[in-house]
Amino acid sequence: MGAGVTDMSDVIEGTRPQNVHLIARHAEATLWLARYMERIENLARILDVTNTFARDADDTRNWLSIPRINGDLEAFYKKHSAATQRTVGEFYLLDAGNPTSVQGCIEAAKENARTLRALISTEMWLQINVFHGRIRALDSAMVTPEHFTAVCAMLKDGAQSHTGITEGTFYRDQAWHFYMIGRYLERADQTTRLLDTRFHALVPHHEAADADIDAGAWNALLRAAAGYHAYRREHPSGYEPRQVACFLLSNTAFPRSAGLNLAQAEWHLTQLRSRYGLRRVGTALERLEELNAGLSYENVARMVGGKLSPFLDAVQREIGALHGDIVATFAD
Amino acid sequence: MQPGGAVQSQSQPARAGTGPAAVFPGGVPLGSMQGYDPGPFFCEMMRQGEPPHPTLSLLISRLAALPIASLRQRAADAERDLLERGITFTVYSDATAIDRILPFDLIPRVLTPAEWHHIETGVIQRVKALNMFLHDIYHGRKILADKVVPAELVLKNGGYCDAMVGFDVPYKTYVHICGTDIVRDETGEFRVLEDNARTPSGVAYVVENRHMSLRVMSDLMTGLTVRGVDEYGLRLHNAMSDIAPPSVLDPQVVVLSPGIFNSAYFEHVFLAREMGVPLVEGRDLVVEDGKVWMRTTAGLAAVHTIYRRIGDDFLDPDAFRPDSMLGVRGLIEAWRRGSVAIANAVGTGVADDKAIYAYMPRIIRYYLSEEPILKNVDTRICAEPDALAYTLDHLHELVVKPVAESGGYGLLIGPHASKAQLEEFRARLKADPSNYISQPTLQLSVSPTLTDDGVRPRHVDLRPFAITGKSTWVLPGGLTRVALRQGTLVVNSSQGGGSKDTWVLA
Repeated sequence: MGAGVTDMSDVIEGTRPQNVHLIARHAEATLWLARYMERIENLARILDVTNTFARDADDTRNWLSIPRINGDLEAFYKKHSAATQRTVGEFYLLDAGNPTSVQGCIEAAKENARTLRALISTEMWLQINVFHGRIRALDSAMVTPEHFTAVCAMLKDGAQSHTGITEGTFYRDQAWHFYMIGRYLERADQTTRLLDTRFHALVPHHEAADADIDAGAWNALLRAAAGYHAYRREHPSGYEPRQVACFLLSNTAFPRSAGLNLAQAEWHLTQLRSRYGLRRVGTALERLEELNAGLSYENVARMVGGKLSPFLDAVQREIGALHGDIVATFAD
Repeated sequence: MQPGGAVQSQSQPARAGTGPAAVFPGGVPLGSMQGYDPGPFFCEMMRQGEPPHPTLSLLISRLAALPIASLRQRAADAERDLLERGITFTVYSDATAIDRILPFDLIPRVLTPAEWHHIETGVIQRVKALNMFLHDIYHGRKILADKVVPAELVLKNGGYCDAMVGFDVPYKTYVHICGTDIVRDETGEFRVLEDNARTPSGVAYVVENRHMSLRVMSDLMTGLTVRGVDEYGLRLHNAMSDIAPPSVLDPQVVVLSPGIFNSAYFEHVFLAREMGVPLVEGRDLVVEDGKVWMRTTAGLAAVHTIYRRIGDDFLDPDAFRPDSMLGVRGLIEAWRRGSVAIANAVGTGVADDKAIYAYMPRIIRYYLSEEPILKNVDTRICAEPDALAYTLDHLHELVVKPVAESGGYGLLIGPHASKAQLEEFRARLKADPSNYISQPTLQLSVSPTLTDDGVRPRHVDLRPFAITGKSTWVLPGGLTRVALRQGTLVVNSSQGGGSKDTWVLA
């Protein structure tokens, strides 16, 4: 210690991170930015996998599962009479009028990024801006069978670049915690939706029928969730509905499992409360704790007897409510 | 590692230059400068009639040595870079919004230390006079009583704000950020074209252009000492802290923007980032208990200085336009109570009005007892009968400007106007002479610029930015705008102009 310095507090004065204010509107935009970018990746995954691995007897059923997943059946049938690669591809890759399309998502993501431009890193902004340009440039030639996979790869690549750039450049203060919560909520939500397509409406709600789902469908489902190889490692013997559901909902090692993502969201909420003094996140934390308890192995395993679909619906509603709780913490 | 000594990072040795400056026989440069001829105009690079400046000579030789294909490649890289970075302004036409870049010309405009000293001191003098003028017209009105400036020109001016009468601002600074538009005539003399004392824009381009230069033209700058421009945010934050209420130890500064759809939004982002402060919109702020607060995730937090990029009229629906959705209700009242500072102050528009501009030399002499360091362009005030008669007689050779508009619309450039246009304008001028001033057309200086025909002379102007809190600081250089089309005099960015990096040599 140098001469004249009598107390360590003199030395560290002003060197620790300050508690910098975050504008409430920016916190909300951060949540949405993360959600829309995550949604693009999930959409690209399910489109790609459907195109590649779900070419079994019932093509229509497979393509229809995508509007079903997103709760878009009504909107889809308003514009198209049948679910095919071309119509579903158009609806989700090209249709700017469809808010759940990649066009709608990137537009919303860019607007939020623009709102946050003073807060996010330059590289995050630049990449979103370029990615936006690429998505906007997609045209009908790009949804033909010969280009479909390449388009999905471009979308995944763009979304993952965003994720990587964010990891490496986004300053980790309050805004980052909100960003991460948005990402985890969206990922958890998307995984439950993905799982739901295989349990909902496709088969009658009794356990025997659940088990009837063929290997090809399980295969596609796990690939869409980027969990196929990990699942094989855990369960080399085959597919068992309970095991798949627990893998996607309760596993704490699988990056896209709903349980893992909600547990991570919980950690970020706790940080917001303890480090930034956001006391009002208490309501959201309570809801999240309950939700996480529901996603335990025991509980999920119990649900896979016909009750899984209503359970997944409830989880999705709770995730939506959770987003609302968080926004409500900084509303007047 | 060697014991006992710091390990030095490896770095490229500095080069003093790439050799002796090339000599151009007859003053005609070669290479990519082939065919470059500034003609009757003063050229910012060639400096006809001045003794050769060693740095400029070196620069010309480096430039000439670059193949034109290389220049074009770099220009294309720069353009793509600007688009990808979203360094754009938004143009609204009908119902569509288009993000456009301000074209960047990669050949820098250079100012010598002596030239910069002249501009810097001139700008400081002018800002001082503007602030004294504003204080006076909102207090004792001595300059009006002494009939140096006609009272009706000030008091009936659209920019004059009654709410400011008798109100004191810290350090008597009204114009915290000033952009002074300066041109150079055919003799190389700098002349002020107009003052921008409300919310002058363009400073973000000064910094971005420098970064772009460093990316695409770094070999041109090697070994030269060019004054930095990265200090702007720091200086601005210091000034914003200066003017905050004196009781506040660590003032919270914010940048107030109309929002993401504003054409200058990119610059608002830039300013907030460079100062490290929140970029807010009116809806993020609220006035309670006579104080201004921002809505944060942790509740309301106090705001002490607002750098606003919203016009006076829209600032506060209680005080000005009641239909404004952009501002903050009660803001002006909170300001008058001294709980918050606003930069620039309300009511500065009267000082940068084109009608007042004509009186600026007299205003400087009146308050400072000094001769203006930077000259005005000779200006006639059409409200005065002699001036109107002269203007009507010489319409075909004059530039006539409306006094209450900005942006280059609705002005007459006599030499370029058709007979019908001249007659139409003559009628307009006669109908409302006090709304116009006239000036001779200037032979604006030119700077080598990359065009489809190669490197060619194009007209430029300069907007230095001055920041004033307790005292005034001028960002070295400023925004050089360039009229990209041959012969065009208008360099305004909303009418197809571009910009250049501006180098002030140390």
